Amino acid sequence: MSLSLTAATGDRVLRQIRHDPRTIGLLVIVPCVLLGLLAWIYQNTPVFDAIGAPLLGIFPFVVMFLVTSIATLRERRSGTLERLLTLPLGKADLLGGYAVAFGVLATLQAAVATAFSIFVLGLDVAGNSWLLLLVAVVDAVLGTALGLFTSAFAATEFQAVQFLPAFVLPQFLLCGLLVPRDQLPGVLEAISNVLPLSYAVDAMHSITTSATGGGDVIRDLLIVLAFAVAALAAGAATLRRRTA
Amino acid sequence: MVKSGSGGSTGDAAGAAAVSVRDLRVVRGGRVVLPDLTLDVPTGELVGLLGPSGSGKTTLMRCIVGVQKVAGGVVTVLGYPAGSRELRSSIGYMTQAPSVYGDLTVTENIAYFAAVLGLRGERRRREVDRVLELVSLTDHSTARVDRVSGGQLSRVSLAAALLGEPRLLVLDEPTVGLDPVLRRDLWTLFRQLGSEGTTLLVSSHVMDEARRCDRLMLMREGRILADDSPPAVLAATGTDDVEQAFLTLVDRAAGRSSSGSDTGQETGPETGQEVRA
Repeated sequence: MSLSLTAATGDRVLRQIRHDPRTIGLLVIVPCVLLGLLAWIYQNTPVFDAIGAPLLGIFPFVVMFLVTSIATLRERRSGTLERLLTLPLGKADLLGGYAVAFGVLATLQAAVATAFSIFVLGLDVAGNSWLLLLVAVVDAVLGTALGLFTSAFAATEFQAVQFLPAFVLPQFLLCGLLVPRDQLPGVLEAISNVLPLSYAVDAMHSITTSATGGGDVIRDLLIVLAFAVAALAAGAATLRRRTA
Repeated sequence: MVKSGSGGSTGDAAGAAAVSVRDLRVVRGGRVVLPDLTLDVPTGELVGLLGPSGSGKTTLMRCIVGVQKVAGGVVTVLGYPAGSRELRSSIGYMTQAPSVYGDLTVTENIAYFAAVLGLRGERRRREVDRVLELVSLTDHSTARVDRVSGGQLSRVSLAAALLGEPRLLVLDEPTVGLDPVLRRDLWTLFRQLGSEGTTLLVSSHVMDEARRCDRLMLMREGRILADDSPPAVLAATGTDDVEQAFLTLVDRAAGRSSSGSDTGQETGPETGQEVRA
């Protein structure tokens, strides 16, 4: 792995997105609109304070999963991946470049959504709101990593889009947002224990409800990060220089 | 990785070959694309790989650049097994479909591929300018690639392959769909690169482009029908254009395949046994 090749790849991915201002607009505005809608629906109830923060972590995860799946699939189908694999670029440089670029985008998205939630929608955060941002960015990197990995199994755009409900919705249902995880049926709780999004939501939940839960947050954060690294490694294993 | 089909390396008489292919067998999707291919691309020559669509040209090129899974045989490029790490900055590969990023400008595309080759700062800027000049795209350097014409698009892809002055250029149908003036200019460029010592393997399905090559390989259904200089191929087939020569060779191969004899007199020793069906 080479830092300069990773940086060059990250720079290239960011340039591609910079040429697409509508995508940037959607990326930044849609989470804010949805959070606003949610706050409005649940006005005068404690619900928004309970689920607003977890959603701040879920949006970047879902969006980056989808964006990355499509971007990598495009790279495979356009032949640019084949060209890159004949050049002195390591697989880790390519995957790292994507992770860095989408991490930067996620930071932008999460910063705007977090600020909007706290200052405009009045989201109550007991802990450190910078931690909220950090967790959101790590969630986004997880989404990117999983998107990179699953895109290897998608032969078409249609399939790639359907990996979203297949990989993301089960995690969403089991992550503790709908029903707290310790109240799930035993089997489902066990399953939720091995899904990364559960820890992302746990971390967000700790930050908003307790000012002193720093240790738990860091542990959850490290678990999410470990999942992201594992998915990137698995993604690297699916990138073959030689194909049939 | 390349499997050693035949025993050990074949450091034979054609030691100067930039590319040496021995007993190469490739199966794609259950179909045998290259049954048993043996050929050499001599160093410093401009070799035309001619054949109809589906004859295996792209598969052969993918083997040479090391991205194709092979079922058997040995491919040696510039002295290394095809696909070796050492080769990654010595081969320029242009895929058949333009493999560049549509949502970047011409310069951004080329600058990225130059960065992947390890070029930085001022050296990278000069190299980007140089290759854009070579393919006459300097005036379009700030255009987004998905907004340029088809001919310009394929030249962006070619420019990326020329980066870093590779010793071997593998170009898959670089002139397809281009107007005659542009095609002539590109072949002039290929000749110029060849005269500077670059080895070029250029595929095409346009037979009349063959005359501009030092050496001609006619390919059909995964086999080499002829491998010689253009005048020698024409002389051996008693024809005066390459398309006629190709048809004559196809007819001969079809006529004699049942008897199992060879077409050695016009195809040379390397490819004489191709007729065994």
